[in-house]
Amino acid sequence: MSVNVVLVVVVGVLVGCGVTLVLERSLTRILVGFVLIGNGVNVLFLIASGAAGSPPLIGASDDPMSDPLPQAMALTAIVITLGVTAFGLALAYRSWQLFGHDDVQDDLEDDLVRRRAELDDTSATFDEADTDVPDEEGSDPA
Amino acid sequence: MIGLVALHFLAAAVAPALTRLLDRRAFLALALVPLGSFVWLLGPVGDVTSGGAIHATRWTWIPGLGLDVDLAITPLSGVMALVVTGVGALVLAYCAWYFRAGDPEIWRFSGVLIGFAGAMLGLVLADNLYVLYVFWELTTVLSFLLIGHNPERRANRRAAMNALLVTTFGGLAMLVGFVVLGREAGTSRLSEIVAAPPTGAATTVAVMLVLVGALSKSALVPFHFWLPGAMAAPTPVSAYLHAAAMVKAGVYLVALLAPAFAATPGWRPVLLVLGLTTMVIGGLRALRQHDIKLLLAYGTVSQLGFLIAVIGAGTRAALLAGLGLVCAHALFKATLFLVVGVIDRSTGTRDLRELTGLTRRLPVLAVAAVLAAASMAGLPPLLGFTAKEAALAAFADLGQDADLGAWGDVALVGLVLGSVLTVAYTARFVWGAFGVRDVPEPAIDRPAAGFVAAPVLLAALGLVAGFTGKPLTERLATFSDQLPEGAHEPVLTLWHGFTLPLLLSGVAIVGGIGLWLARRQVAAAQQRFVDGLHVPDAERSYHAVVRAVDRLSVEVTGRTQRGSLPFYLAVVMVVLVVVPGTALLMAWGDISVRGPDNVLQVAVAVLMVVGAVLTVRSRRRLRAVLLLGVTGYGTALLFVAHGAPDLALTQVLVETFMLVTFVLVMRRLPPFFSDRPFTTTRFLRIGLGVLSGVAVAGFALLAAGARTADPIGPLFAGPAYEYGGGKNIVNVTLVDIRAWDTLGELSVLVVAATGVASLIFLLTDRATSHRSARRARRPAANADGALTAARTLPDTRRSTVFEVVTRLVFHGLIVFSVYLMLAGHNDPGGGFAGGLVAGLALMVRYLAGGRRELDAAAPIDAGTVLGLGLAVAALAGLLPTLLGGGVLQSAIVDIDVPVLGTLHLVTSVFFDVGVYLVVIGLALDVLRSLGGGIDKQRERAEAEEAAA
Repeated sequence: MSVNVVLVVVVGVLVGCGVTLVLERSLTRILVGFVLIGNGVNVLFLIASGAAGSPPLIGASDDPMSDPLPQAMALTAIVITLGVTAFGLALAYRSWQLFGHDDVQDDLEDDLVRRRAELDDTSATFDEADTDVPDEEGSDPA
Repeated sequence: MIGLVALHFLAAAVAPALTRLLDRRAFLALALVPLGSFVWLLGPVGDVTSGGAIHATRWTWIPGLGLDVDLAITPLSGVMALVVTGVGALVLAYCAWYFRAGDPEIWRFSGVLIGFAGAMLGLVLADNLYVLYVFWELTTVLSFLLIGHNPERRANRRAAMNALLVTTFGGLAMLVGFVVLGREAGTSRLSEIVAAPPTGAATTVAVMLVLVGALSKSALVPFHFWLPGAMAAPTPVSAYLHAAAMVKAGVYLVALLAPAFAATPGWRPVLLVLGLTTMVIGGLRALRQHDIKLLLAYGTVSQLGFLIAVIGAGTRAALLAGLGLVCAHALFKATLFLVVGVIDRSTGTRDLRELTGLTRRLPVLAVAAVLAAASMAGLPPLLGFTAKEAALAAFADLGQDADLGAWGDVALVGLVLGSVLTVAYTARFVWGAFGVRDVPEPAIDRPAAGFVAAPVLLAALGLVAGFTGKPLTERLATFSDQLPEGAHEPVLTLWHGFTLPLLLSGVAIVGGIGLWLARRQVAAAQQRFVDGLHVPDAERSYHAVVRAVDRLSVEVTGRTQRGSLPFYLAVVMVVLVVVPGTALLMAWGDISVRGPDNVLQVAVAVLMVVGAVLTVRSRRRLRAVLLLGVTGYGTALLFVAHGAPDLALTQVLVETFMLVTFVLVMRRLPPFFSDRPFTTTRFLRIGLGVLSGVAVAGFALLAAGARTADPIGPLFAGPAYEYGGGKNIVNVTLVDIRAWDTLGELSVLVVAATGVASLIFLLTDRATSHRSARRARRPAANADGALTAARTLPDTRRSTVFEVVTRLVFHGLIVFSVYLMLAGHNDPGGGFAGGLVAGLALMVRYLAGGRRELDAAAPIDAGTVLGLGLAVAALAGLLPTLLGGGVLQSAIVDIDVPVLGTLHLVTSVFFDVGVYLVVIGLALDVLRSLGGGIDKQRERAEAEEAAA
């Protein structure tokens, strides 16, 4: 199957730009990059579906139809992108509300674990051995 | 049979309610369950142990995986089931006196204990590897809860954790062994595997793994340390755990497999060495304890070593002796623990240095304890004696029966040594609990008759069983007879004549009493030995292993979990570029490319490329968002050029909605992105972006060109019309052919929408705004054609033209959205497009008149719409099953309507209604949260500013 080179270029540029943005720290930029990648991947579905054709409506045209299956998949993907983007925007707004910016910060808990690793320490929940003997509930006369 | 096990779990479910009602007397009611099971089992067990056929039942569980719940009553499992239910019933009844009235914890405890009894019963009745495994792990988890009954003490928590970790570790090793064994044997039925055992290296490995499980459960060296810790459980639990359940699971498994696998390389050496070592170590440590419960716990460790060694020897004589020992041990060990429980409750102490005068004060209890202790020590005329005599006889012939040569005699010496220690610690126990010391007598609460009944009954049974050697031998022999005859025919009897076993029994008794008499010297010698040798302590080694694992996880987490989102994403992208990228380069070959399909594609492509690059470069938020729109609408045009009108329609609607949503949030965020110093990371980001883009483009070229099979899509046309009843193949695919996908997607939308609302409104009810709106509901427009609720906006924010236009188009848009949804089956449109149009109509209302206008337009909670939509879609999917069809199957109904003609109704339209509603719900949630919610918070902030 021959591949439409124009669409390939579009996919490459959209994904490349999207990845560049996603690697940023600003949640807005990450979201914009996410949507760019989403658009790029939807075009990728077009490439995979073969040559262009008439709309996949039965009886609408005598020309060969475009493949309906990748279209059905891309359609759900488009709507999902909307839902996830809305969620991301709510996150960005919340971050702005709490910290005055929408930059993604490094996780503090992970930093604590790293510091424990540097100190050759065990995890916070580790139970060090002691000489305590287990005792049954109720054996205490009090 | 399955009913018996189920009954236990049912009792576990009602136990909490029952204890609320009856308090500790509930244990008596619960004891009826194992008691009833015991009585029911007597018939079938009596049948199979007198030569009757095995009782087996099968209940199909997961036929696709070949998993069935196989249960069977065999001579072995039947005897074990009687032990489990019989001791279980007595222990449960005993609990009714052991716990104090009004104990707040017994509601949970009672349920767990009876559930544990059920799991144990299921374990011994299971005739399927995987069913056995499930019950096995169930006992592990429930024993964890029982041992950790009082979690306030740290040592108790650790004891429970040790038991859980050790036995789960063994259980997992056993599971691997089971899988291999099942594959090698070609069946997962235990009875079939034992009847025709597989051989070979894989089987040997599998059997060794299974033994790891059995040994860890039965607390053999080097896993023995968890059992003494398990005495953190209340005493009735210890009695059950040590005598009839949990640790007996390992013994049972060894007994089950011994007839088939005793000759497997490694089986006898491992079990005999570890068993006898455990027997000696447990005995030595028991001699050093002051707490009589802990003394018994180490005694159990020792006895388990004994049992495993005898049963593991795997000759006909050894198996008969072993099964006899299992019964004897269940009777005397349960008795002794229950006696300790009574002493503990009556005197308030278990320390043998503080106990004195109990023989005089509690004579009945003392008699029961002495009988049980005599059985443990192997004194005539108790069951413990006859069984131990049989074991000694079996080991005397071990060299000949099992081809062990002189090693058999070495094992016999080990057995005698262990028996000497057993007699010694038994003497220590009796002397400790009932001896007379020069200390003040502890105050005694006289125990109730019921409290003492269970130990007395168990002790009496041990005595009776000693005299019924002949019938007992006949019954138990139905199990051991599956092995070939050995040098002598085993028998449980009080009198063999003057034989080697009798001599050895005598040696053990005399030696043991000697050790006890010289206890001070023995203790001192032990202390010197331990101090001098620095024997590695199993518990300390175990702890070191756990600590090492913990340290490793901290190191690994510290190194890999950097906590930086860009770093994680970069790793993902680098892997994408490197791994599939390398594969791409290696597979690179003939690429057949073609030019654009039409001119529109080229024009749009240029526009999109420029838009995308400018998006990356823009430093203003709004600009980035608008440029993003360029690529979005461009994508829609590409869909048009490709011949995908549904995609184009959806893309345009989504892009519009998304653009406005972005702007709604951006109005609150700073206009520029935060300034980032111009560093090398920027070039790294761009470099990685370019590489990813090139890689994905390469995949597109190669993968699309590498297609070998015919696409399945064109085949959709026929079924879409014939069964789906629609001409628009894409939409029929969504609501019929691949409707499961769509249903999943709807759930994602509901979750995302709920997430948006919860992030903005936090804890407050998102339904409040529309409720207040409903109260103040008025006509949507007044005489001058403007929007009513828009009056709540300040005049500077209002636009009369916009309001009038909104009033004109809103209802039209809603009608159009319904049309799109219904028409979607044959023409472009469908539930997604329709819902998005309705969402846009609501958005227009919001933009023109503010959040109160939105509430007036849609006086309903977004969550209700979402839930309704999902429910409609799910019901539309389920409805066909009621009519005899499959889930999500469509039916086509043609109804003749007079005048208008034929109404062509396809049931999947109801599914589309669900889709339509979910999308509207999403739109409503987004508008209320990111629109109205943010408005409200801004108004509040401004009001606060003005006040300050």
